[in-house]
Amino acid sequence: MQPIIQIQGVGKTYASGFTALKSVDLEIHRGEIFALLGPNGAGKTTLISIICGLVNASSGRVLADGVDVVDDYRQARSLIGLVPQELTTDAFESVWDAVSFSRGLFGKPANPAHIEKILRQLSLWDKRRSKMLALSGGMKRRVMIAKALSHEPRILFLDEPTAGVDVELRRDMWEMVRGLRDDGVTVILTTHYIEEAEEMADRIGVINGGELILVEEKAALMQQLGQKQLHLILQTPLETLPAALHQHNLSLSDDGTQLTYTFDAHQETSGIAELLRSLSEQGIDLKDLQSQQSSLEEIFVSLVHKPEHTQ
Amino acid sequence: MNLNGIRAIYLFEMNRTRRTLMQSIVSPVLSTSLYFIVFGTAIGSRMGEIDGISYGAFIIPGLLMLSLLSESISNASFGIFFPKFSGTIYEVLSAPVSPFEIVAGYVGAAATKSLIIGALILLTARLFVDYSIVHPFWMLAFLLLTALTFSLFGFIIGVWANDFQQLQVIPLMVITPLTFLGGAFYSINMLPEPWHTLTLFNPVVYLINGFRWAFYGVADVHIGISIGMTLLFLCTCLVLVGWIFRTGYRIKP
Repeated sequence: MQPIIQIQGVGKTYASGFTALKSVDLEIHRGEIFALLGPNGAGKTTLISIICGLVNASSGRVLADGVDVVDDYRQARSLIGLVPQELTTDAFESVWDAVSFSRGLFGKPANPAHIEKILRQLSLWDKRRSKMLALSGGMKRRVMIAKALSHEPRILFLDEPTAGVDVELRRDMWEMVRGLRDDGVTVILTTHYIEEAEEMADRIGVINGGELILVEEKAALMQQLGQKQLHLILQTPLETLPAALHQHNLSLSDDGTQLTYTFDAHQETSGIAELLRSLSEQGIDLKDLQSQQSSLEEIFVSLVHKPEHTQ
Repeated sequence: MNLNGIRAIYLFEMNRTRRTLMQSIVSPVLSTSLYFIVFGTAIGSRMGEIDGISYGAFIIPGLLMLSLLSESISNASFGIFFPKFSGTIYEVLSAPVSPFEIVAGYVGAAATKSLIIGALILLTARLFVDYSIVHPFWMLAFLLLTALTFSLFGFIIGVWANDFQQLQVIPLMVITPLTFLGGAFYSINMLPEPWHTLTLFNPVVYLINGFRWAFYGVADVHIGISIGMTLLFLCTCLVLVGWIFRTGYRIKP
């Protein structure tokens, strides 16, 4: 099946000379939740802005459902809803007017029933007559989502949807995003909360310094997450690893004082018992041991900070 | 054509006008009326006729033009500047609306508001000064053309302005002086040389005189030249707006 979004060699250098995106290639599958993960200033928002028409790309092109987002902007944009990062709203407008405005702007005829449905879903119905300036930050965020959904988009971009949002609203929002996915809407969210990507996404892309450094199924990433390490601090340093221990997945530190055992926590047996038995058979005494689990955060940090990955 | 989109922008802008009725409609009508009271009724009675028209009536087209220009510019410029400033423009840029539709919505609403103000000023002027309109069709045509052209000009200023000061600078520092010196209160034929010739470089002279001709059938410059100059300015604005959207100037990096 044709990907719903195809990003082909998209680069952006701003007039100031700053290169926000180098050359990004990415395909978003139909109906998935894709999390774009990256530190601040990585180029997440620039990429989204190019797809949605807020920023002109310096190179490359983007297709949404097979149509070019620049040449066929009408067709492309009517498919897309955008919730930007900043809470930008017209302070004096009512919630109802703001959401109805968005629907009209996207060329759709008025449909009060649909607007009502969205407002109810987002717990905004009671606030429909409130002016935007009277709403809390969390409520404003909901209104911005309602505006983005007002024209029934097939693709929804959520740029840092849960930045500065309390736990309850975050849960609500995740719930809502899953509901949208069930309705067949493709959701692309950017975040710098790993937890969010872990919780929500089908696939995860990591972007840093204007480059996409990894795109992976979340399940595959979680597989890496399952890797655990057991560090064994030895009483007396070893010069080499005894041959009898080769069957175990062990490595010896350079100074010979520490053995590291890597295993998959998801497997039924960790092999730790066998390892300890082998160690005692070899007469190797332990001073201390500690186990460690690599988190998505660590994978992320190591990706983002290793310069060889960004070359 | 995304008619729903044009309608959404237009109604959004008209709602803004409705919310700020005192400031956007009542205030310009009131301040223009003050001119009619002071210059038309109080001082005007002691001044001679110009081109056979009583002074109170003579200044009506110029004053109307003054309000029309400043209101068109300030309304249209604020209409596009504010979303740019607050960030809400993201929605317009990400929507399936063409540059023409965006301009039609914003400029259409600004011009509508100017026309409402113009009509109200004409009605209020009637309370203080007796005047007639010799060429009503041309009067309306001029009113429409000016409201449209200067709303377009205001749109350009709104896109160009980076802060509130820049937003005000053109209307206050350029348009108001040009209107006062463009023969709103006098016939430019009353000016000695070189001021008379210099004044002919002031584009507002053509607007005021075209408008005055529509009212009273007399003007300092020929009506054809007036219309020509106004259309020229309209075309310049259209070219500029086209360029803004082609390059994304100050709205789309």
